[in-house]
Amino acid sequence: MKKLINQVENVELEMLQGIAKAHPQHLKKLPDYNVLVRAEKKTDKVALVSGGGSGHEPAHGGFVGKGMLDAAVAGAVFTSPTPDQVEAAIREVATPAGVLLVIKNYTGDVMNFEMAAEMAEMDGIKCMSVVTNDDVAVQDSLYTTGRRGVAGTIFVHKIAGAKAEQGATLEEVHAVAQKVIDNVRTMGAALTPCTVPAAGKPGFEIGEDEMEVGIGIHGEPGTHKEKIMTANDITDHLLSKILADIDYSGSEVAVMVNGSGATPLMELYIINNRVADVLAEKGIKVYKTLVGNYMTSLEMAGFSISLLRLDDELKALLDAPADTPAYKA
Amino acid sequence: MATIADLISILEGMNGIIQENKDFLTQLDMPIGDSDHGINMARGFQAVADKLPSLAEKDAGTILKTVGMTLVSTVGGASGPLYGTAFMKAAVVANGKTELTMEDFLAMLDAAVEGVKFRGKSTTGEQTMLDAMVPALEAMKAASGSAGEILAAGLAAAQAGVENTKGMIATKGRASYLGERSLGHQDPGATSFSLLLSVIAKHFA
Repeated sequence: MKKLINQVENVELEMLQGIAKAHPQHLKKLPDYNVLVRAEKKTDKVALVSGGGSGHEPAHGGFVGKGMLDAAVAGAVFTSPTPDQVEAAIREVATPAGVLLVIKNYTGDVMNFEMAAEMAEMDGIKCMSVVTNDDVAVQDSLYTTGRRGVAGTIFVHKIAGAKAEQGATLEEVHAVAQKVIDNVRTMGAALTPCTVPAAGKPGFEIGEDEMEVGIGIHGEPGTHKEKIMTANDITDHLLSKILADIDYSGSEVAVMVNGSGATPLMELYIINNRVADVLAEKGIKVYKTLVGNYMTSLEMAGFSISLLRLDDELKALLDAPADTPAYKA
Repeated sequence: MATIADLISILEGMNGIIQENKDFLTQLDMPIGDSDHGINMARGFQAVADKLPSLAEKDAGTILKTVGMTLVSTVGGASGPLYGTAFMKAAVVANGKTELTMEDFLAMLDAAVEGVKFRGKSTTGEQTMLDAMVPALEAMKAASGSAGEILAAGLAAAQAGVENTKGMIATKGRASYLGERSLGHQDPGATSFSLLLSVIAKHFA
């Protein structure tokens, strides 16, 4: 394992302290908790709390600030934060308007955030939650945990954050967050695995000439391994899965081409070149494009494509001001 | 059957076996999950072991509740809430007791199983820890003889349950995203439960 770290046990804490020291105008770290909160507490709006395992930077701490999250809770690398940590975040940012939890659909995240919400509600804090599940790689059925929440979650932070900033009620913020979840789909692929510092070795194996299609954001396996394809071919494959899942025809979309950590922007733009051409060919109008590292998986080489179907409300909220370390609008 | 000293000794032994199997549990989690089960359990049980010296004078309920809360706040992932809930539900049954009978133990395990089912919205056959817990509980309810014999029957059933998870397609937990690719893999959570039960069985063997 080759990493720029000090001690394996301290990677999360030292990273959070580093973020707080880099962006004091946006956020600060809560003493004693692995939680980043907005530098100045807002008292007159619904508060947004998200989080998850570390290793997905800039998610989620990089999205704390005006127009997006009020707090982000960081667990150990690729491990959901514990309920006491989530509860501390909720208590710190809670307002009379209530708190919306944005949870990615993983068994651990859902259980830990639910336990935290139960504890906060016992003390009279009004909480609602949404669970993001944009990954079309995994089949949804009554018998499984459901789809995974991946990079599309960033659109929930942006749009629900803008709605909250405008002074909407908890029910309204919850509704628009759910609208984003209902309209966003993502799928990714990886070329190399990543190494969780505490594990010391890669989380999966992949041949020099292979790619893992449908990869999850924790380096967990996708749908299948395949011989490596050209950028255009893998883009076509992922887009075909996304476009088959909901009807995008005739709609306007926001596109996110998200890097997994080790993929250069050059390659992400090559991917986006194809995404734009395919969508144009299908008569799907691109309203906004985001290309970059938004939801990473440590040093994994790979990417995901997200498409968010927009209406006038979502377009306006996507364009609303945001000022966070990793997202500005 | 068991005094507070037995309980403390068993909890120390649980930390020992989890530390010994940290890499093994993580390896089991690698092909189907996110390679952290051993790491998370080792962090949690070490935190439990660190608290044991201050618990020696307490009743079984207080001890088990402390264990559960410690696991919830240190393990993370799905295992933290699940094992934490299991110990906290067992604690309710053991509340105020300074000696535990086999009947108490079965009632505690029963409560733990119900807690895990509720928290994980899961049942048997879904390639989870319940596939070791439920067979163990049923085998022990059906067994007779000394505590050692009953626990040995439970452990054998748990170990068989772990083996059986290899023939299952996961429908809960992170392995469920793999669908049929989860076939052939032994569930890490069922394995860690079987290891914990082996400590109790060995103590009374």
